[in-house]
Amino acid sequence: MSFEQPILPKDAAAAEGKVNVQINGTWYRFPKGTRIADACNSVGVHVPCFCYHPKLSVAGSCRMCLVEQGMPPRLAPGATPTYNEDGYQTIQWMPRAVVACANTVAENMGIRTNGTVCTQARRAVLEFLLTNHPLDCPICDQAGECKLQEYTADYGSPTHRFTEAKIKKGKHIEIGPRVNLDQERCVLCRRCVRFMKEIVGEEVLGVVGRGGHNAIACYPGKTLDSNYSMNVVDICPVGAMTSRDFRFRMRVWFLKSTPTIDVNCGTGTNIFVWSREQQVYRITPRQNDEVNSCWMPDDHRLNYKYINSERRLLTPLMKTDAQAPQRAAAWEPVIKAVAEQLRLCSPAQTAFIVSARLTNEELFLAGNLARLLGVEALDIVPRHDEADDMLISSDRNPNSVGAQIVLHKDGSTLDNIRRSIKLGKIRNLVVLGEDVTAEAGISAGQLAKLDYLLVVDHTESATTEAADVVLPGVTFAEKYGTMVNVAGRIQRLSRAIAPLGGARADWEILAALLRECCGDLPEAAAHATSAQKVLDVMAKQIKELNGVSWLSVGNQGQQIIDTGVSIPLIERERARK
Amino acid sequence: MSEITYKPGHEPHPRETRRIFRNIDRVGYTPSIKSFLADGGYEALKKALAMEPAAVIDEVKKSGLRGRGGAGFPTGVKWTFIPKGNTKPVYLVCNCDESEPGTFKDRFIVHQDPHQLIEGMVIACYAVQAHYAIIYMREEFPEAAKIMKKALKEAEKNGFVGKNIQGTGYDLKIILHRGAGAYICGEETGLINSIEGVRPYPRIKPPFFPAAIGLYGCPTIVNNVESLCQVRQVLLRGGEAYASEGAQRSPGTRIIGVSGDVKKPGYYEIISGSITYGELLYDLCGGPKEGHTFKAIIPGGASAKVMRCDEVLTGRNPDGSVRKMSIFDVPMDLDSIAAHGSMSGSGGVIVMDDSRSMPEMLRNLNRFFTWESCGQCTPCREGNPWMLKLSTRICEGKASPEDVDLLKSVADNICGRTVCAFGEACSWPVQAFTTKFREEFLALTKPINAFKPHNPESAEARKYITRED
Amino acid sequence: MTEPTDAINVLAEDIPSPGEKFYPSFEPTPELETEAREYVAMYPEGRELSAVLPIIHMVQEKFGFICARSIPWIAEMCKSTPIHVAGVVSFYPGIRRKCPGKWHIRVCHTIACAMSGGEDLLKFICEKIGVNPEEMTEAEPMAVSADGLWSIEAVECLAHCGFGPNVMVNDTLHSQVTPEKMDEILEEYRRRD
Repeated sequence: MSFEQPILPKDAAAAEGKVNVQINGTWYRFPKGTRIADACNSVGVHVPCFCYHPKLSVAGSCRMCLVEQGMPPRLAPGATPTYNEDGYQTIQWMPRAVVACANTVAENMGIRTNGTVCTQARRAVLEFLLTNHPLDCPICDQAGECKLQEYTADYGSPTHRFTEAKIKKGKHIEIGPRVNLDQERCVLCRRCVRFMKEIVGEEVLGVVGRGGHNAIACYPGKTLDSNYSMNVVDICPVGAMTSRDFRFRMRVWFLKSTPTIDVNCGTGTNIFVWSREQQVYRITPRQNDEVNSCWMPDDHRLNYKYINSERRLLTPLMKTDAQAPQRAAAWEPVIKAVAEQLRLCSPAQTAFIVSARLTNEELFLAGNLARLLGVEALDIVPRHDEADDMLISSDRNPNSVGAQIVLHKDGSTLDNIRRSIKLGKIRNLVVLGEDVTAEAGISAGQLAKLDYLLVVDHTESATTEAADVVLPGVTFAEKYGTMVNVAGRIQRLSRAIAPLGGARADWEILAALLRECCGDLPEAAAHATSAQKVLDVMAKQIKELNGVSWLSVGNQGQQIIDTGVSIPLIERERARK
Repeated sequence: MSEITYKPGHEPHPRETRRIFRNIDRVGYTPSIKSFLADGGYEALKKALAMEPAAVIDEVKKSGLRGRGGAGFPTGVKWTFIPKGNTKPVYLVCNCDESEPGTFKDRFIVHQDPHQLIEGMVIACYAVQAHYAIIYMREEFPEAAKIMKKALKEAEKNGFVGKNIQGTGYDLKIILHRGAGAYICGEETGLINSIEGVRPYPRIKPPFFPAAIGLYGCPTIVNNVESLCQVRQVLLRGGEAYASEGAQRSPGTRIIGVSGDVKKPGYYEIISGSITYGELLYDLCGGPKEGHTFKAIIPGGASAKVMRCDEVLTGRNPDGSVRKMSIFDVPMDLDSIAAHGSMSGSGGVIVMDDSRSMPEMLRNLNRFFTWESCGQCTPCREGNPWMLKLSTRICEGKASPEDVDLLKSVADNICGRTVCAFGEACSWPVQAFTTKFREEFLALTKPINAFKPHNPESAEARKYITRED
Repeated sequence: MTEPTDAINVLAEDIPSPGEKFYPSFEPTPELETEAREYVAMYPEGRELSAVLPIIHMVQEKFGFICARSIPWIAEMCKSTPIHVAGVVSFYPGIRRKCPGKWHIRVCHTIACAMSGGEDLLKFICEKIGVNPEEMTEAEPMAVSADGLWSIEAVECLAHCGFGPNVMVNDTLHSQVTPEKMDEILEEYRRRD
C-alpha cells in the first residue's frame, strides 16, 4: 500500500514566504511578518485599536487590540509534531490575551476575537478608558467619528461601574494656531507625539506627568505650529485634538465625504472633501501610499474657503459693447455670441492662456478649440515656489504634467504671448481658469487694450473684470476630471457639490463652445457629454493615456509615465520599511 | 578564613549562612578595596579571567543560579540569549533600583561591600563579553552612589576595571547611573529606557528579554545586585558545588528581609530551602510581638499575594501522599511558596499580626502602586487610581458590600492585560486581600452606601433630587 | 474636587518656595556646561540623551530644584527638546519642580514603615517644623516651612523596611525613628544651621 505523501499546509505556505494562521476558526495565509492586527483586519475580522497606526512606530500601550492567541504545543525533545486531517497541528490557547499590534503572525498560530478572553479584555480596557473620560459626547466635535464611541457601541459594557471622582486635566488648550487640545478626553495613545517626532521630525509634543496624571503637552512658549499639525487631529482617535477651523461648525454625521485630490500643488494629495448640501466644511487627507501616505499640509487643507466665497461667479457676464458694463446673461445666447466672436477673430491675432489647474479633459478640449480656430499661441502659466521636502511640490500647479502630455505645453512660450500682447500683435485673448494679472504678468491696462477678452473662471479677479465675456466655471470640488501629478500618476477629481448657482463645469463650457464654433463636430466635442467620455477619447488619441479610463484610474490613481520626480515623504516612508 | 566579629546586636543567627552578607555589619570592615582584598576579594575574578568566557557562562549555568530580583530566571540561561553571531556591542546593567516594598538587601551590599558587586559585575561582563556596564542605582541611595563611585575608582586603580584588566587585554568601563525615585525603573526595560534618557515606560514584549534588543538597540543583560554577587560565589565555589547546596531548583544562599510585626525584623542570609517560614519567623525573628499572634504574611515583596497564617495548605510528602500544612511549614526556597499561589520574589517578607486592619494594609499598597504606575498603558493607569479610591472608601466606611467585589473585579481586569508585570504586581495584592480577608472588608461596608454619591458632581446633582437629612 | 490642572502652564511657572534663599538661582555658566559635558562623555557616542538624568541631578543638587529656566538648557546639553526634558522631569518623583528647604525630609509611608508608625511620624514632623500636612498633595507632594529651613515629603519605600520608620534628611538615612529620636535629629540639623 503506498500513499503519496500530501504536502502539508505549512510547507505550501512557506514556499510562498507565508504562514498559515487560523482566525476565528478559518485558516488564512499571510506573508511572514504581518502584524496580527493587520492580518485580522485584512480578512474582515475587526481589531479595535487606539494607539496602533500603521504609519507610526508601535506603542502597544492602549491594550485595546488584545486578542486570544494560541500556538501548537511545545514539543518534548525528540518528539515529532502530529497533524490533523487538514494538515494542521492542534492549537493550544493561551490564557492571557496578547496585543495584536505588536505581535506578528507565525505558522499554525490561532487567533480568536470572539471568545470570552478577548471580549472581556476589550470590555475591561474600554471601561478603564471611560473612567476618567469626561463623557461629553454631546458637545464633542469628535462625536460620530470617535473610536471610543464606536468601540463602546461594539464592545462596551452597558453599565457604568465607576462612581468615584474623576481626575481633572486641562481643557480647550490652544496647543497650536490650528489645533486645540482637551487633555481629559485624551486616551494617551501618543499617536500625535509619535507623528510629530517620526513623520514631521519636530519633537514639539510630549507626555508629561506620571501615572493617572499623564497628559499630552507642548512646551510653554512653543506651539504645535507645523504646517502638518492638523494631521494630529485626523489621527487622534478621540476628541482630544480638534481642528480649530472645523470645531463646532457641523456635526460630522451630516457631512458627505467625497474622495478627490488636492489641487494646491503638483503632488495631488488624495483627500476627502466633506460637504453638506452645497457647502464645503472641511478637507481631510485620504490614504494613498504612492502619493501622500495618510497626511496633508495644513495650508492646503484649509484652502477651501474660496469654494463658497462671496466672490464666486455664478452667472455668465457679457458686455454689449466695449465701453458698457458687464451684464448678467443667459448661457445659451452667451455661448452663441462667444462662438460667433471667436470665429471672427484672426487666428494670428488670438491667443489662449490656459491654466494648469484645469483637468486633462479641459485642457484637451481647450487645445481642440484652439486648433479648430487655427490659433497657435497657447500656453499655460507656470507656477513655482519652494518645496517643503515633505508633500508640497515646488510645482504649484496641480496638472503641469497633464498639460505637457495633453497639450505639449510647459509655459515656455508664455513670454512670447505676453510680449505679443504688449506689442499689440495679439488682439484677442481667451483665458481659461487664470487671473493673468497675477503670475502671468499681464497688466490690467494691457487687458483693457485688447479687442476681445473671454475669461472662463470661478472667482472674480482683475482679469474677469476686464473681460468682454465671463463664463462662470467651477472649483475642483464641483467637477469631475483627471490630473497627472509630478510623479506621473493620473488621478481623479470627483464632484463633492453641484456647481454653485449658474456656474458650469469648465469642460462643459468648452464642449459647448466647441459645438457652437465648429460646424463639423470633432470627435472630442461629439462625445463630450461627460468628463469620463472625454477621457475615453483622449485615451485613444494620446499615447501616454492609452488604456486609461475613469475606472482604471480609480480612487488610488494610475502611474502612466515616469517623470523621475519623487515625493520626499513617500521616499522616507519607503526607506523606513 | 579568620574569625569574623560582627557589631553588637548584628550577630548572625546560628542558622544563617553568611556568604553575600559575610562582611555586612562586620567590625573593622569598610567599603574600601583594602578591606575587600584582605578578605580574599577579586580572587573569583582572577579565576574567571583565566577561563574562556563561554566556560564562565557554562559554570554559571551549571550552578543553577537563579536571579534574585524577583522573577527567579536562571542567570546563566539569560546570558545565552544574546543572539548568535551578534556584532553589536553587548551591555550589562546592574539593577540596583531595589524598590519592592519589603525588600532591603541590595542596600547593604552597595553601602558596605561595594567591591563584591564590582567583582561580580566584571565576571558577568567578561562572560558575556560586555565592555560597557552600568550600575543603575536608585536615587534614594545617594550615599551608596558616592561609595560606589569611589569603589569603582579604586577598582580601576588596582586593575580590576578599565583598560586591560589584569593584563588579559579585556577592557571594561563601568559607570554609575542614578535613577530618580521611580519604582517602574526596576522593570528591566523601564530601566533601560531610563538609561536612554526617555520616560521610563517599560517596553512592549516581545522581545521578552533585552538580551535580544536592549539598551540602544543592542543585546543587554540586566542582573540584580544580589545575582551578580552570587555569580562571584559561583566562581569561588565552582558551579557544581554551588548547585549542590540548598534547594535543588534554587540553590545557593538567599537573603531574606523581614519587616513588620515580629520581634526581630531584619535581614537573614540562609541556605535556600533550609528553613521554613515558621522557623524564620519564630526562631530567627523571635516570634510575634508580645500579646499578639501572626495573622498574615506577604512572602515576597509587596506585590506577592498575601497568605493567611491560618490558611490550610495542601502539601505532598516525599511518598506522594497528601498532607495538610500551613504557611509556616513551607520551605524558604524560590518555588515552594509559588505552589500555594504566592511567590517568594525578591525575599522581602512582610508580617502582619492580629492588630492590623487588612483593608488599611491594602489601601497602603494601593496608594503605593497608584503613585508608582507609569501611566503608559490603560489598565494600570486607570485601574490603580480606581482601586485606591475604592479601598479608601472601604477603609473610611463609605463603601457598600458590592464595592468589595468591584475592587476585586477591577484588579481582575488589570491582571494580564498590561505592558509589563506591574499589572500583576498591583492586582495580585488586591485579589489576595479581598479574597482571603473578605470578611474584614465586608465588615467595614454598609449596603446604604450604594445609594450615596461618591463624587462631587453626583453630590451636587443629588441636592436637586433628594432632600439632604 | 481638585482644580483642573493644565499640564502646560504647570511647566511654565516655578512654584515660589521659601527654601529658595538657601540655594543659588540657576545660571547656565560655562563651568556648569563643562560639568554637563563630562556627564555626556560618560555615555557611548551619540547617546547624549542618556545624560539627561545625571545633568538633572547635577542641577538639582546645585540649585535645589529644576526651575523652568533650566529645562531648555538641560535640553540643549543633551541634544534634546524642552518638551522631552519636561516629560522626564515631571515623571520622576525624585526630581523636584519646587525648591525644597535647606533640610529636605523624606518620610517613608509605604507598608512596612507605615506599620511601624510612619504616618504618625509624618504628622509629628509637620507639626514640629510648622507645616500643614494638607499642603502635601498628589500634585505637589512637598511642603516647605515658612522659614525655608525645612521641607517635607512623604515618599514610597526607601528599601530599609526592617528598620522602620525610615526618614531621610537630605542624603542621610535615619532608621527606627521615634518621635523622641526625631526631635533629636531635627535639633541636630537646626544646630548645624
